[in-house]
Amino acid sequence: MALERLFRRRRAQGEARDIPELWTKCPKCDAQIYKKDLETNLYVCPKCSHHLRMPADRRVAMLADAGSFEEITGLKPTDPLGFVDTEPYPKRLERYQREAGRPDAIVGGRCTIGGVPSVLLVMDYAFAGGSMGSVVGEEITRGVEQAAQEGRAVVIVAVSGGARMQEAALSLMQMAKTTLALDRLWARRLPYVSILTDPTTGGVTASFAALADVILAEPGALIGFAGPRVIKQTIRQDLPEGFQRSEFLLKHGMVDQVVDRRQLKGTVAQVLKLLHPSTVNRVG
Amino acid sequence: MPLEFEKPIEELEAKIAELEGFAASSGVDLSDELQVLRERLAQLKAETFSNLSRWERVQLARAPGRPTTLDVIGSIMSDFVELSGDRTFGDDAAVVGGLARLEGQSVVVVGHQKGRDTKENIRRNFAMPHPEGYRKAMRLMDLADRFGRPFIAFIDTPGAYPGISAEERGQAWVIAQSIQRMARLRVPAIAVILGEGGSGGALAIGVGNRVLILENAWYSVISPESCAAILWRDAKEAAKAAEALKLTAPDLLSLGIVDRIIPEPDGGAHRNPAAAMAGIRQALLETLAELAHLGPEELFEDRYRRFRGLGQYQN
Ligand SMILES: [Zn+2]
Repeated sequence: MALERLFRRRRAQGEARDIPELWTKCPKCDAQIYKKDLETNLYVCPKCSHHLRMPADRRVAMLADAGSFEEITGLKPTDPLGFVDTEPYPKRLERYQREAGRPDAIVGGRCTIGGVPSVLLVMDYAFAGGSMGSVVGEEITRGVEQAAQEGRAVVIVAVSGGARMQEAALSLMQMAKTTLALDRLWARRLPYVSILTDPTTGGVTASFAALADVILAEPGALIGFAGPRVIKQTIRQDLPEGFQRSEFLLKHGMVDQVVDRRQLKGTVAQVLKLLHPSTVNRVG
Repeated sequence: MPLEFEKPIEELEAKIAELEGFAASSGVDLSDELQVLRERLAQLKAETFSNLSRWERVQLARAPGRPTTLDVIGSIMSDFVELSGDRTFGDDAAVVGGLARLEGQSVVVVGHQKGRDTKENIRRNFAMPHPEGYRKAMRLMDLADRFGRPFIAFIDTPGAYPGISAEERGQAWVIAQSIQRMARLRVPAIAVILGEGGSGGALAIGVGNRVLILENAWYSVISPESCAAILWRDAKEAAKAAEALKLTAPDLLSLGIVDRIIPEPDGGAHRNPAAAMAGIRQALLETLAELAHLGPEELFEDRYRRFRGLGQYQN
């Protein structure tokens, strides 16, 4: 009995790697899905098309042309403020790094997308809910600057609960830094496509994610500035059905298209090919 | 209403005033007693104000009577012409701005505006802007660029308003655009944090070539209360959160997030607004002079470099 309880607890912590869980449940329609099928279907429920959260590496594999991706990220976070809440920030970082298997909440690199030379940057929800601190801000900035230097397009997949509190004002400054970097692309007429996924909120939405030439959103993603809980507490009212979801943002004119994940690569490649300077317009 | 840590000071001040009144009306000589009390007051003030905790500074930043944007404009500038509206949806009273003159120089000025009383605070939404406020600010940035006038922004907001209509009208989008628009200015841009610098709603008008801050103002990614509610699951732990966030002027100066601290009179700007205004005026004039030799592209690159360098990480 005690052993079973211990076992269950370990499983809940996701440590029972020796027991492969072959099946998973769709959070929307409750359908039992064979995990392999879910992966093949790009983490979209085959029954109801609900978009589940997709691991960052899978997103890279989905968007970059096969064999073209060459990683440029890998900076490590520090603890500039000596931040301690219920536990010290460095302790949290260690745990996040273990859980996500990377130094911070972003992976990116050079690649081609539909043949167009690009820099692809993908945020990782598995690391601290995709929060933006100094590392995310710096990697985005470097990626964008590198793209500008090398004449590449930029594609950023956003997923973020917002700015990272443990780096406080330094996190806030990343909003300005990443925004400024985008000017380098403008100067060279290089296209930037932003893909908003579930959830994209706070400082990430209110900086580089909202400033793309073309903004695409995955279906049903929560996208906004303030989180729904904060809004509810402030206004003391229930929020309308579908509030802050992709379709709501499309209706209010904030995004260009809501695109099913299974069509995403095609749409991104099409946009890049239409805008990138290497695709010279032929007349007549 | 005095702040909690101001109470002993106010009590002592009241006692001194009472004794002075009594001495004057009765003709009794109390000068020795008064001398002792005045010395004790000076000591108490020095102790209280030289050891302010971060949370106490946050309270000073919010103190009633602290100079607001319109107070500062009215005090240190002349010929102010307020300009209203975003030309798209409406006028947001949480953000004010217009044309003004500072020591003979014509400037464009914008700022978050708190109310001086409850009624005005409600009208101004406690200085929490909707998208219209940021679009108004961007319109004023356009104006500054078009006429080559320095752009001065006063920051004093708990944050951008978290509400349904604000989200419907693209709060995140306008904040991002306002950051970008200010970054692109080809004129000198100075941001002054007067009181509260609450997150993206503050940064939206905070992309200056120089960022100045009043001694007791705060600036961070989240308010201490909200941070405490998330990390400690209890908003009452705000004092701990304020410590952890390192959100005071000296903290921010050492992180390179602000360039200069504008000293406040003893006990905070609300205890002697005129002295605070003089400090703001002097700091603005000196900073404008510092930026005067930079051309339009140099000003843009200067701003790029300033923000490009912010952040800490390991290779
Ligand atoms: Zn389903």
